[in-house]
Amino acid sequence: MFPPHDIRSASPSIPFVRMEGISKRFALVKANDCVNLDVGGGEIHALVGENGAGKSTLMRILYGMYRADSGRILVREKPAEIRSPANAIALGIGMVHQHFMLIPPLSVIENVILGSEPLKAGLVLDMRSAREKITELSQRFGLAVEPDTLVEKLSVGAQQRVEIVKILFRGAELLILDEPTAVLTPQETEALFTVLRKLKGQGKTIIFITHKLGEVMEVSDRVTVMRHGRVVGVVNTSDTSREELATLMVGRKVLLEVEKGPAARRNTVLELKDVHALGASKVPRLKGVSLSVFAGEILGIAGVEGNGQTELEEVITGLRKPSSGTIELLENDITTLSPREILKLGVSHIPEDRLKRGLISGFTVGENLILGSHFGSPYAGRVWLEGGSILKNAWSVLQRFDIRPQAPELPAGSLSGGNQQKLIVARELSRNPVLLVAAQPTRGVDIGAIEFIHRNLIAQRDRGCAILLVSADLSEILSLSDRIAVMYDGRIAGTVDAAHTNEKELGMMMTGVL
Amino acid sequence: MNTDSAHRHPGQRGRAHLAQKLIGAIAVPVIAIAAALLAGAVFIAAIGQSPAVVYGILLRGTFGNFYGLGQVLFKATPLIFTGLSVALAFKAGLFNIGAEGQLYIGAFAVAWVGFTFSSLPGFVLVPLCILAGALGGALWGVIPGYLKARFGTHEVINTIMLNFIAMALTGYLVTYVYFVPETVHTQRIAAQAQIPRLEEFWPVFRGSPVNFSLFLALGIAVVVYLFLWKTKFGFELRALGLNPWAAEYGGISVRSGVITAMTLSGALAGLVGVDSVMGYKHYYEAGFSSGTGFMGIAVALLGRNHPLGVVLAALLFGALSYGGLVINAIVPKELVDILQAIVILVVIAGTNVFGKLALSLKKRSLV
Repeated sequence: MFPPHDIRSASPSIPFVRMEGISKRFALVKANDCVNLDVGGGEIHALVGENGAGKSTLMRILYGMYRADSGRILVREKPAEIRSPANAIALGIGMVHQHFMLIPPLSVIENVILGSEPLKAGLVLDMRSAREKITELSQRFGLAVEPDTLVEKLSVGAQQRVEIVKILFRGAELLILDEPTAVLTPQETEALFTVLRKLKGQGKTIIFITHKLGEVMEVSDRVTVMRHGRVVGVVNTSDTSREELATLMVGRKVLLEVEKGPAARRNTVLELKDVHALGASKVPRLKGVSLSVFAGEILGIAGVEGNGQTELEEVITGLRKPSSGTIELLENDITTLSPREILKLGVSHIPEDRLKRGLISGFTVGENLILGSHFGSPYAGRVWLEGGSILKNAWSVLQRFDIRPQAPELPAGSLSGGNQQKLIVARELSRNPVLLVAAQPTRGVDIGAIEFIHRNLIAQRDRGCAILLVSADLSEILSLSDRIAVMYDGRIAGTVDAAHTNEKELGMMMTGVL
Repeated sequence: MNTDSAHRHPGQRGRAHLAQKLIGAIAVPVIAIAAALLAGAVFIAAIGQSPAVVYGILLRGTFGNFYGLGQVLFKATPLIFTGLSVALAFKAGLFNIGAEGQLYIGAFAVAWVGFTFSSLPGFVLVPLCILAGALGGALWGVIPGYLKARFGTHEVINTIMLNFIAMALTGYLVTYVYFVPETVHTQRIAAQAQIPRLEEFWPVFRGSPVNFSLFLALGIAVVVYLFLWKTKFGFELRALGLNPWAAEYGGISVRSGVITAMTLSGALAGLVGVDSVMGYKHYYEAGFSSGTGFMGIAVALLGRNHPLGVVLAALLFGALSYGGLVINAIVPKELVDILQAIVILVVIAGTNVFGKLALSLKKRSLV
């Protein structure tokens, strides 16, 4: 295996932050176990690891949101007591969270100054100097923000720029970015990287939390890899590769590329004709979607989230009724059928929000594994549930899909996020569906489980299942799909052959340019 | 991670989990009762009596002799029905405050069938009366159920309103239509429709009106348990209560689930009429319940919405209710009202606090 500390890089020039022997325990979980982190002044430092590796905990300790049980932090070589985010900000440390901390109905300028309002004579808000400073910051770092626009009118990428301006406004020298690209289109990601390089060029230091290894290779100078609460490697980006980082992260060799043969496309399974539907707030979210999915192929649906993908998923599975148009499954009209009738026709569904739709966390694992087939043989007769066959099914599925812990009686809510997702995938695939609607099947799941889920999706395809794959992760769409349809503003902006496209083309279709 | 050991001894984790769940379920009620007794002791001391003496009398007067026990069981019987009613609705994610109204309609239906079809033989009339009670309650439950499913109006508001309508309607019927002059009750039900008291078979219960509908209540508790945990309909209702989004995704109709749950909940409340009309008074009397339906909410809360818990909680509240009369000579009987109120407050507060504690225990057990 690997030595516990694979440190072969030169030390950074002048360390900006040095965390030494940081340990943090939650109940009996050691989230951080004697972690050392050196971040040099003026570098982009990637912090990578699977979910639950302890990255976020470490950064929350640095930003003063948690206190470490032991260990110490040095900022610019001086010991620092960071008790709260206010302490961290005073030391020049700022953080952009994965979920933005902005107030949508307020303007950019109001959001930026909130909590550090510049005052005239100690009393009156000094909006003019605030505006000047924001304009200056946005020009210096290429962060295009318009001070008077309302935040709710901004795109996700622009909101992220506001967050960055906000922490720069407070004098941050070190910026911690928690999975900043998770919500961005490829173009927005590129723009963010340009900003990061500019920030670095002006002497700012950046810690970049991610599990996307391509981005690590593209933008970072050095990488710290964490696994199970420990640092398992610190390397210079130029001395490593994606494969090596993945191996360090997971602790074993992983296949980054999905192995799949050509699709053996057969008959049409699903056909949507000019489907319109309203969203949750009664606004039109599907505006004439037509598409077909064939047996034995994976049709990827790419698109920035919120362009109708959720509603598309729901109209196919009967959870939402279309306002017009028709949906056919194997040439039968299913437009008005109930979710149960559609389930019975062999449609499986991995929903995008596993806690809201996919699981009943108060139910046991065994009960969750029959949700959606609980009303018929072999799990229930006319009245009574068949306890024996429910348990037998649970054991066989838990073993076949290696879901841990293997305890059918445990409530599903007590499983880790990755295992909850595997539970849903296992349930839906073990039905041997004719059509699988898989939305964000690997969101929040670690690399090992991603590999596993991908292999199973391909296996279903090769068995002859038609798969509609909705994912915000373009690399996932590109590596799994046979054809890719791009959704933009409730319509299919175009359908392309997966073998003859790239992120750039898809990105342009996703933003309505193509 | 010691997932390996979990793999080798799969059953152990399940058992450990079960034990933990049991502790979690019992801890809150036990602490609530202890807190109530402690606070009650302060009140007793404040009026110059000895808490030990008063509690001693309370205990001896209720569980210390068969007459007292009979009275406790008599008070507990309707609470089992209403407790089960509220618990079943809770399990489906619904808050049925309408047990009071449902039991008035159910009890009136029992009495009406009991005196209207008085020529039928007992083996037909008794089941018919029981069915009438369930149907009457079900009718008063299906209305808010349908309104919720069809229009999304909240069941709490609708059941409260229906309580008033039920009281006014039965009040009207018993005052103007089916009245016995100079009383506020109906005529008596046929003798063969009456349910015998326990004292007729066990003379030790002499003087106590506890009757065989107690066994109906216990039997129904078992049925509710089997329904919720062993049938597919129960599975669906519990799924609905825990996560309606996931239930819908799993092919469960939220609308019909809401209607079913409210109907069954109403039917359970309606069965109170079996005890009060067939077993006790033998006629329908206006305003006989005085809050049994609302007490059902407390019983369900304390009983953690589990049929066994409901039975135990009904016994406790039954004991307190009768115990108030026992100690009335020394301390005001309102003392037991205070005890009941404290139990309920601690249970409500404790469910949150201890829920979090149980969650952290659970997390711990996974490491």
